[in-house]
Amino acid sequence: MAVCIAVIAKENYPLYIRSTPTENELKFHYMVHTSLDVVDEKISAMGKALVDQRELYLGLLYPTEDYKVYGYVTNSKVKFVMVVDSSNTALRDNEIRSMFRKLHNSYTDVMCNPFYNPGDRIQSRWALLPVSASSPGGPYFLCPIQSRWALLPVSVSSPGGPYFLCPIQSRWALLLCPIQSSRAFDNMVTSMMIQVC
Amino acid sequence: MADTVLFEFLHTEMVAELWAHDPDPGPGVSAGSRGEEVGATTGQKMSLSVLESMGFRVGQALGERLPRETLAFREELDVLKFLCKDLWVAVFQKQMDSLRTNHQGTYVLQDNSFPLLLPMASGLQYLEEAPKFLAFTCGLLRGALCTLGIESVVTASVAALPVCKFQVLIPKS
Repeated sequence: MAVCIAVIAKENYPLYIRSTPTENELKFHYMVHTSLDVVDEKISAMGKALVDQRELYLGLLYPTEDYKVYGYVTNSKVKFVMVVDSSNTALRDNEIRSMFRKLHNSYTDVMCNPFYNPGDRIQSRWALLPVSASSPGGPYFLCPIQSRWALLPVSVSSPGGPYFLCPIQSRWALLLCPIQSSRAFDNMVTSMMIQVC
Repeated sequence: MADTVLFEFLHTEMVAELWAHDPDPGPGVSAGSRGEEVGATTGQKMSLSVLESMGFRVGQALGERLPRETLAFREELDVLKFLCKDLWVAVFQKQMDSLRTNHQGTYVLQDNSFPLLLPMASGLQYLEEAPKFLAFTCGLLRGALCTLGIESVVTASVAALPVCKFQVLIPKS
């Protein structure tokens, strides 16, 4: 379960930081801040390595008793830090990698948004946080976006077919999904967390 | 291919639109006693910097989008090589023809048949008009360098169309 995601600019200030509201947010902010040192260490260690291919994914930065912290750095020295609940042992390395890749794609889209000035805080009206990596069939999807319209495929292969989340101007989320049993619907909603910011 | 020419047309229109040379700028524009002359030159300089800043923003976005998957840049020269190869191919469908450096922070990128100048002339005709067609590209280079962590000053010069040189100055800090 990803409990906190942060996007840090190359000057080491946060561009976007979001955590589950049920927990003490300050603790996560502090955790992300301390993980920046580890990120810098890894980057400089990679710089000295003679290997030609240097990965963007940094891997597990450090584990604590409740949480694990993963890191990723882009070519423009923007860092992504993700804090994950340790109790979710089903979360595999390549799932974390794919989460980071999606985050990287979303960040690139934010950069290409003409209304976004690089270096500003990322103000997204909608943040969809992947809560459960093991939701039925779901590729989780994190999308901090600027645009008012985005059709986000949330769970492509969960029972009943693809669900779509559609944020609209009036801040209401229209959750389109095929009609099915209310129990499955409940399960699905609890397996996503929608934050209206 | 139709795709490449779309950008060229857009660029031509951009330059034509932003190069609005207003011979009578009006009272608000220039506050000097030299009046019209000052207005004329400030109008021109402003258009160049507007074009350059547009290129800068595009370059920033491209600098984020193009280098992917691997942390490829070990030093400045790698970044410049990326500009000459990947960026130029993505925007102009060809590579830069030569890259020279003095290893002290000055790089000269030469393109022997710059696509934005190619349809204009071949030789010395329109030499005075050429610089404004290079402003956007200078900004593009500067923006891409900025995203990749390098502050620079990019200028362009044309000796004879369509050969042009972009000079990148990276100040040593």
